[in-house]
Amino acid sequence: MKPAGGLRPRLVKRLLPSRRIRVAVRLIALLGAFAVAGIFLQATGRGAGAVYRAMWTGSFGSPYGQAQTILAAIPLIFTALAVAVAFRMLLWNIGAEGQFYIGAFGATAVAYSAPDWPRWLLLAAMVVGGLVGGALWGLIPGALRAFFGTNEIVPTLLLNYVAILLVDYMVNGPWTDPATLGFPLGKPFSESAILPLVGNTAIHSGIYLALAAALSVSMVLSRTAWGYKIKVIGSNARAASYAGFSIPRNMVAVMLLSGALAGLGGMVEVSGVVHKIQANISPGFGYTGIIVATLARFSPIYLVPMAVLFGALVVSGTELQTLGLPSDIVLMLQGVILFFALAGELFVNYRLVWRAGTVSDHPSTPAPVSNRAADLEQAG
Amino acid sequence: MNMKVMSRAGRSKRWSRRPPVNRTARLIAAGTALLLGAAACGTGSGSGGGDSTGGDSGGGGDQKVVKAAWVYVGPRNDGGWTTAHDNGRLAVEKEFGDQVETDYVENVPEEPAAAARAIEGFARKGYDIIFTTSFGFMDPTLEVAKKYPDVVFEHCSGFKTAENMANYFGAMEEAKFLAGMAAGAATENGQLGKVNAFPIPEVIRLTNAFMIGARSVNPDATMKVVFTNSWFNPPAEKSAAESLLDAGADVLTQDVDSPATGQVAGAAGADWVGYNSDASKFAPQAWLTAPVWDWSGYYIDRVQAAIDGTWKSGSYYGDLADGIVDLAPYGEAVDAKTKSQIASMRKEIESDQFEVFQGPVRDQNGEVVVPEGETPPLEDLLGMDYFVEGIVSKLPS
Repeated sequence: MKPAGGLRPRLVKRLLPSRRIRVAVRLIALLGAFAVAGIFLQATGRGAGAVYRAMWTGSFGSPYGQAQTILAAIPLIFTALAVAVAFRMLLWNIGAEGQFYIGAFGATAVAYSAPDWPRWLLLAAMVVGGLVGGALWGLIPGALRAFFGTNEIVPTLLLNYVAILLVDYMVNGPWTDPATLGFPLGKPFSESAILPLVGNTAIHSGIYLALAAALSVSMVLSRTAWGYKIKVIGSNARAASYAGFSIPRNMVAVMLLSGALAGLGGMVEVSGVVHKIQANISPGFGYTGIIVATLARFSPIYLVPMAVLFGALVVSGTELQTLGLPSDIVLMLQGVILFFALAGELFVNYRLVWRAGTVSDHPSTPAPVSNRAADLEQAG
Repeated sequence: MNMKVMSRAGRSKRWSRRPPVNRTARLIAAGTALLLGAAACGTGSGSGGGDSTGGDSGGGGDQKVVKAAWVYVGPRNDGGWTTAHDNGRLAVEKEFGDQVETDYVENVPEEPAAAARAIEGFARKGYDIIFTTSFGFMDPTLEVAKKYPDVVFEHCSGFKTAENMANYFGAMEEAKFLAGMAAGAATENGQLGKVNAFPIPEVIRLTNAFMIGARSVNPDATMKVVFTNSWFNPPAEKSAAESLLDAGADVLTQDVDSPATGQVAGAAGADWVGYNSDASKFAPQAWLTAPVWDWSGYYIDRVQAAIDGTWKSGSYYGDLADGIVDLAPYGEAVDAKTKSQIASMRKEIESDQFEVFQGPVRDQNGEVVVPEGETPPLEDLLGMDYFVEGIVSKLPS
């Protein structure tokens, strides 16, 4: 069988995609995204090369950029972890944004009520505050889903607004800093409520919490019986039921953990970056976390480099503006990457073959029977 | 949502509300020296560029080029707040030509990490003076200012300063008062409507100033107010404007950034007073005027000071007399009588014979809040939390 004019592309399922295939396809997808975006950039007249160089210098190519990239990645690691954990049971947690805010709320409540505690104690209590706040916010949709069969997407999404408005209310009233003359900023945290920096860098020690969270989640999911249970439930709920696993109970547990992770992210952000509570502590970390987790195939380990990549995209965004590019270009680039990555997943599981069925060398040869039927249909 | 919750809220602590003797609201803290040097070059006088540098020759030959940057919260073509700042930046370019290099970033979120990153990006690139134009940038500006003592920073609408960080804003209530007069004269049924962003003291004060202005020419005028909880949300502004028309208003105005209110007014045959920038082109039939910002004078002064090496920190609160707030050109619907009334009030305000909030001022329940013959103390204006007589809507509590 030789390739000929009558070739048609077919998708053939790969039975067991090898590791090499998986890595290669994803790398190609990433490169493809940058290539296609490069065409757009070239069309804007600035030259894709110059733009990518600027992005590189702004994000990874300098110590300052590296620190900024990591700082931008930290909240994304937490929200992506929240999304990834929930997805183990095929639950879509769209509410990491709200859980992040409530975690910040919980941590702030602790920081304001015991500002004079020693740093280690206060920070530990704030971590608990963040975890508990986020967990409660995960519990509500988790319990609704587990016991009443309510779809979790809408409640998690809507609870975001509740959380954001709750923080708005607090910074407009009870927690407002009198020095701001009635404007929505919270009182500054005491020294002991602030996460110390890592060595001489601009990076706060929340990075350790983020990495520890990713590692522990990975361990729990892959090395414990409970992790196995929820994986089974996620893959085949009926089989899990037969095996005697309680689906509602595990659903609640997963959403508690998911919410707690995002909540911890909120704690780290107010303690490490903002140093007080205020509105706008997140420009949508919870939503970007969904993209990060999806691109990392919901792997708690792979989502870390993916979060760093997104951190770099965000950080280089302002860099690009100074080249005269509109601020939306980074959003476009994120969109293109997501599109290619999702398309890439198709090729991890399927391969494209050019097949001509019953074939001959003549271009005029009639198309294979199966296709001819389709042609006939079209013609008639 | 809420990305701009805190933009341009807030006020200078050292707000120079008219000390009784020297009644010009100018640079307060250490800025007097600057003004001596720069006032002569003034506001966009055009010819000043070359010979304005102290010691050097007129051409400014081997002088270092001063790099000035702006950090914007919105898109620079928002037709309102950010457009006004960007016009100021362009005026700086025009004034100084090759002596300056300007740049900006737009759509910078008020999320602290992102704001600090945008500001620090300019500081690291060797910019000499950086203007940040949203209230939410205040703490990030201060944080970056501490790290870059050799760069000077200017924050708009906040209240914090440092050795190398000044703040600046203006007495918009004066222009709102004059614009209110135009609205009060234009309304046929005496009912005004206002689309507001947030129930914060700044917006409340400007709303009251507008009402007082309207009632100064039309004592029976009333006003309804709708809050959108966003500075820039055209669909929400549109529906708020429509609800005000449904409630009977025949003149609309706004404390939000887009021209959506005017487009609604134009489509319904009502009149419109805009805000921030001249937006008459969006609804020429409806256009009366707009209280607008003109930052060019301040920006030129400050960049001049940076060029001369005489920049000093301080708090600036400019007013009508300074030209930092102004009225946009009138539309056809404003009659000659109203124009002359506004012109004479403007003179009184500029010469400090009249103050917008001078007593008697009553709140919407009829209680006297500022007695006859008095002007409210500074902190009352800063934290204004009541609507004045004539405003029908209640503040959310």
